[in-house]
Amino acid sequence: MELFLFVVFSLITLVSAAAVVWHPHPVKSALFLIVTFFAMGGLYLLMQAEFIALMQVLVYAGAVMVLFLFVIMLLNLKPRGEDRSAFRKRLRWAAPLILVFLGAALTAVTSPLAQLGPSAGQGVGWVESQGGNVRAVGRALFTHAFLPFEVTSVVLLVAVVGVIVLAKKERR
Amino acid sequence: MMEAAATSGAYWLRLIIGLVIVLIFSQLNALFLVWLERKVAGHIQVRLGPMEVGPHGLLQTIVDGIKLVGKELITPARADRILFVIAPVLVFTPVLVAFLVLPFGPDLIIRDMNVGLLLIFAFSTFSVLAILVGGWASNNKYALLGAIRSVAQAVAYEIPLLLSVMSVVLMVNSFRFSELVMAQQRVWFVFLQPVAALIYFICATAETNRAPFDIPEAESELVAGFHTEYSGMRFGLFFLAEYTNMFIVCAVATSLFFGGWHGPFGFSFKIPGVVWFLAKTYVLLYVLMWFRWTFPRVRFDQLMNFSWKVLIPLSMLNLVITALVLKLI
Repeated sequence: MELFLFVVFSLITLVSAAAVVWHPHPVKSALFLIVTFFAMGGLYLLMQAEFIALMQVLVYAGAVMVLFLFVIMLLNLKPRGEDRSAFRKRLRWAAPLILVFLGAALTAVTSPLAQLGPSAGQGVGWVESQGGNVRAVGRALFTHAFLPFEVTSVVLLVAVVGVIVLAKKERR
Repeated sequence: MMEAAATSGAYWLRLIIGLVIVLIFSQLNALFLVWLERKVAGHIQVRLGPMEVGPHGLLQTIVDGIKLVGKELITPARADRILFVIAPVLVFTPVLVAFLVLPFGPDLIIRDMNVGLLLIFAFSTFSVLAILVGGWASNNKYALLGAIRSVAQAVAYEIPLLLSVMSVVLMVNSFRFSELVMAQQRVWFVFLQPVAALIYFICATAETNRAPFDIPEAESELVAGFHTEYSGMRFGLFFLAEYTNMFIVCAVATSLFFGGWHGPFGFSFKIPGVVWFLAKTYVLLYVLMWFRWTFPRVRFDQLMNFSWKVLIPLSMLNLVITALVLKLI
């Protein structure tokens, strides 16, 4: 049952992620992204990480994507044309970007932070020993992962301030 | 207990029975609420409201429902066909999910999840998404405007809503509905967290797009807002979802602030918990209707300012004070 659900959710994630990139219509691209996030929530749920799963749905599939769609609809973006040459031009950046991403993913997995969680095969037991899902995440965020957590929030704050500054300039 | 039951057939039977009851209940509830709304509106405006069908017009909404089912489903020629059809379904599904965790009584929770409260809020954002999709797919300027207003409003009011709920969660240390309700056996949280309760109720009114926060479907400006192009039972589903949503926000308010299935101050007067729960929920629903026919619609800028400049700072302050007091005690 678990394996079956895993396959279903992964397939939905992968197919709709591909659709995000390939679909010519921006609104539908965004909708496929929602499906992707939702299916990822299902994958988290399979890992018994209910809290992360619901946060994924609440924050990404819900709040963030609603804003994405909001902006796309407000700007009334039309489907992009069949201009393949521009796409090919961008394609040459794809290989180095994939390499960078893979490198980042590998460092994340091998970094000491990744050792915080449970080792393979004892996830549920470990979470229970931490006093449940929410506590486990909270404890990790405010102890071992405190620095990255705070840095992220500062980066987000900078982004928010930056957006306000840019938006204000335009009004004048 | 959950693990032991998970493998047996009783577990599946329980789920199926629960699903059927939820489906029937949500329909009956919507029918009743529509009737009640018209009655409340009537009496507030010193008239009788529906009187013709059944005693005091009680069967009026059933007749209306049959009429809706019989109507033609019109899809506008320039609409995005698939999204247009999906949107009403999408708006109703997340509403049903909430029934999975609502604590109607000590033994009347379909699944008492440890993140139950979050589940409701996670899925309630999906109705906004559905409204946005429906409004955009209609390819109608009023529908799109209504949808966009709805999103701006939902985003603004979701934040104080969650913050006010968080202060209750801090006191109980759990997202589990049964624990949240059990903590109020003696004193309801509305007495300990009056500010949070008030903020929650204001935001809940806004979340359900009810007057005075009904600008997404302001009849006098936008025809009917996001569901302008919907006819027949597709419109009916939007309607149904709205009324079921009202029930859910009031049920959550009941279990977070008004003691859930408990009577006041630990006295239950030998009345079963379900009755307490439903009675309190419907009183809150009545208040919600009372709001609608008492307050005029707010302007859009007033609406946004009120949320960002009053409700969010206030709920943040309330959360910090709650945390401080809990730490000091």
